[in-house]
Amino acid sequence: MHFTINGQSHEVEPDIRTSLLDLLREHVGLTGSKKGCDHGQCGACTVLINGRRVNSCLTLAVMHQDDDITTIEGLGTPDNLSPMQAAFVKHDGYQCGYCTPGQICSAMGMLDEVKKGWGSHVSKDLTNPELTDEEISERMSGNICRCSAYPNIVDAIREVAGADA
Amino acid sequence: MADYKMDADHPGTAMARGVQGVLGKGLDRIEGALKVSGTATYGYEHQIDNVAYGFLITAPAAKGKVTGFDTEAARALPGVLDIIVDDPRIPRQAAAFGPAHAGNDEIDHYDQVMGVAIATSFEAARAAAKAVIVHIDAADGRFDTMADVAHASGPPKDSRLQDVAKGDIEQAMAEAAASIDQVYTTPNQVHAAMEPHASIAAWEDGTLTLWSSLQILKVARQVLAKAVGVESAQVRILSPYVGGGFGGKMLGPDAVLAAIAAQKLGRPVKIAMARQQLFHNVYRRTDTHQRLRLAADKDGRMTAIGHDSVVSQGPDGGFMEPVALGSISLYAAPVRHFTHKVVTLDMVMAGAVRAPGEAVGMLALESAIDELAEQCGRDPIDFRKLNEPEVDPMTGAPFSTRALVECLDWGAQQFGWARRASTPASVREGEWLIGMGVAAAVRINLMMDSEARVTLSPDGRARIETDMTDIGTGSYTILAQIAGEALGLPLDCVDVVLGDTDLPPAAGSGGSFGAASAGSSVALACEDIVATLAERMDATPEQMTLKDGHAIAGNRRVPLAELVGAAPLVGNGKIAQGSNAKTYSQAAHGAQFAEVAVNAITGEVRMRRMLGVFEAGRILNAKTARSQAIGGMIWGIGYALMEDAVLDQRTGQFVNHDLAEYHVPAHADVPHLDVHFIEHVDEHANPIGVKGLGELSISGAGAAVTNAIYNACGVRVRDFPMTLDKILAGLPPL
Repeated sequence: MHFTINGQSHEVEPDIRTSLLDLLREHVGLTGSKKGCDHGQCGACTVLINGRRVNSCLTLAVMHQDDDITTIEGLGTPDNLSPMQAAFVKHDGYQCGYCTPGQICSAMGMLDEVKKGWGSHVSKDLTNPELTDEEISERMSGNICRCSAYPNIVDAIREVAGADA
Repeated sequence: MADYKMDADHPGTAMARGVQGVLGKGLDRIEGALKVSGTATYGYEHQIDNVAYGFLITAPAAKGKVTGFDTEAARALPGVLDIIVDDPRIPRQAAAFGPAHAGNDEIDHYDQVMGVAIATSFEAARAAAKAVIVHIDAADGRFDTMADVAHASGPPKDSRLQDVAKGDIEQAMAEAAASIDQVYTTPNQVHAAMEPHASIAAWEDGTLTLWSSLQILKVARQVLAKAVGVESAQVRILSPYVGGGFGGKMLGPDAVLAAIAAQKLGRPVKIAMARQQLFHNVYRRTDTHQRLRLAADKDGRMTAIGHDSVVSQGPDGGFMEPVALGSISLYAAPVRHFTHKVVTLDMVMAGAVRAPGEAVGMLALESAIDELAEQCGRDPIDFRKLNEPEVDPMTGAPFSTRALVECLDWGAQQFGWARRASTPASVREGEWLIGMGVAAAVRINLMMDSEARVTLSPDGRARIETDMTDIGTGSYTILAQIAGEALGLPLDCVDVVLGDTDLPPAAGSGGSFGAASAGSSVALACEDIVATLAERMDATPEQMTLKDGHAIAGNRRVPLAELVGAAPLVGNGKIAQGSNAKTYSQAAHGAQFAEVAVNAITGEVRMRRMLGVFEAGRILNAKTARSQAIGGMIWGIGYALMEDAVLDQRTGQFVNHDLAEYHVPAHADVPHLDVHFIEHVDEHANPIGVKGLGELSISGAGAAVTNAIYNACGVRVRDFPMTLDKILAGLPPL
């Protein structure tokens, strides 16, 4: 089977039961996407599929042969961090680092959702939401951080969103 | 070797002389780029050739005898390599600080590990584990702590807290002008680190290498060696990155079974515990049933403090949650009564979860203090200041440093405490009732034996090596800062290698002793190097100034690389706890402030803001210290409002054994948080003058929230967590 991950082609023959997360971690060697719960409850496995954030543990690999999959490794490298990755370092938006790739991928997908005008539970204007701290926290609540770096994560996302605006 | 036992204050040369200016600065984590790019490697992620996958087989009941295993169907599944259920070394309980009982013939807690299925893929191993049938004779279990309290035992001999009864508390309560006699309860709680327990084991020539996620490697090495039946010297453990610990990452069944399976199969095996399995196979924080008896005279001076607790433990026992640890030296009162009873249940053992003792004990104590202050007609901050002891009220020892009053005063000013309405339920914004609360924070200060090696290379770079771990606490960065300051090197000239038992044994991460212990050993190792550098400069260490890679003494300024010469300079440092631990009462202190809004109709609680003011000795890195502090404060929110591992009294299992149903705070639960450090270098505590921080910040945090809820709506809930159903019942009429 053929998968496009971070712009690169991969030929892999996974088990039909293999989740997209396990494909990345166990078959392709991309361990940046993390397994925290394997049930879509913690968000550590978040990747971008065709630009949208998805819990990769909740979807089977075989469903994504025609998709454009982006993982944390595709956003930037240690020597060439993306603005969001660099902002997480600057604002200490992590401690143990295990939920971090999921937080960053989720933040990228989330900002795009806001840009597209998708409303949330806390949006004052459902068709034209403003990116307040409350809005960031609400939309990022699918990504648990047990070290509880939440305020720093919000600081990092706000900074990147502001620079982008 | 610079070897120091803390029997007296250390001159603190390295830190006192340092002029590099990196110590204490809020610098970015040196491993940060690896973490944000997904290239830091955690327990399950090391790329090992020919690795097989294991999945744990677990018990379908909490109590009973195992009469047999049916493995035939499992073995027939494609990809299955082996099913191991017949090895006498299969651990019955998670090994914590010592080897726990082994053997899978009996079940003593729900979901107990029975063995492991090994296959060529994760999917096949999981299917095989589920296909194994465990035949049992189930028996009734004990799951209710208070139902069995008549059979409770006292504190274990080696427990940090023994029972204390000083004076007659009954009499003091009877004679008090104001008193509180209330029971507070907290439920079972779990660590819920984001990275599950995971291990890869490989054997080569009788030597076991384990890549895992562990907090204290030198202990894990001994426990694993004993569990598997080899010598410690035959075990090497690597844990360079640990995805959260919080006390829970001592040796787990994943490690023991990976080692057993890899040995049997003759190929590497990796096992990650499923999130659901973690709830029943990693030790939990016990439920607590705390009776608080507080008495005060007509002036609001406390005359008695009693904190008597009932906790639970699994059948193998050992650890006791020292619930009164925070209460014991916090307030002056002549009559003092602290006891603990331990009830044995058929549950996974209870063990250390972030701030054992204070995390739950201070939730109750500081709620009760708020109640007593109100009864005395005093502001809660004034009340605490009035009852501030001058020396340790238990031992009479002087405090090494204690800035509780300073923290309360600074915080009150900053938080706008003067604006708090003292009458509950008197501030309303629309349908929201607004309130403020305060609580004291305290956490005992510890230090453990720790060793490190620092090598200064001919190229002028320093390399720190120790088997210390970084569980998110910032070890990599603060150790680099200590060496940078001591040797006069910018941070990009310092390399830090951690998490490998081939390196000098460190204290490891736990009990908030990591920075004090490992940090001191690194400072001492640097002193060892400076002594040699000083000789080569014809100077004494005290005359040396080290900055930007140069040594300066007399009128000479020489590059370190030149002084080192052709052969690297190696310094060794070793710190050990000494009599200072008894001479001085050592603890870190703080003040927690919270503002909440309680919905007058639904009882829903919304955090509005929090402030934590902490005194924890020298702050090594302002950025990572603040992060640890906000983390603890947010755990406090969780303990006050949501965390609750709900025990099914019929089956002995946690009903909500996953991250969807066991609620920890998420982004939207967390308000704006401020942290302020009052920095008093504690020279009595250790050579670098630091105190533990990671656990201090959870202490009292939940009580500040509950006290704020009381101030907002007049409802006092003593059965934690304070979910909205409990608040709703007591809300004032609309």
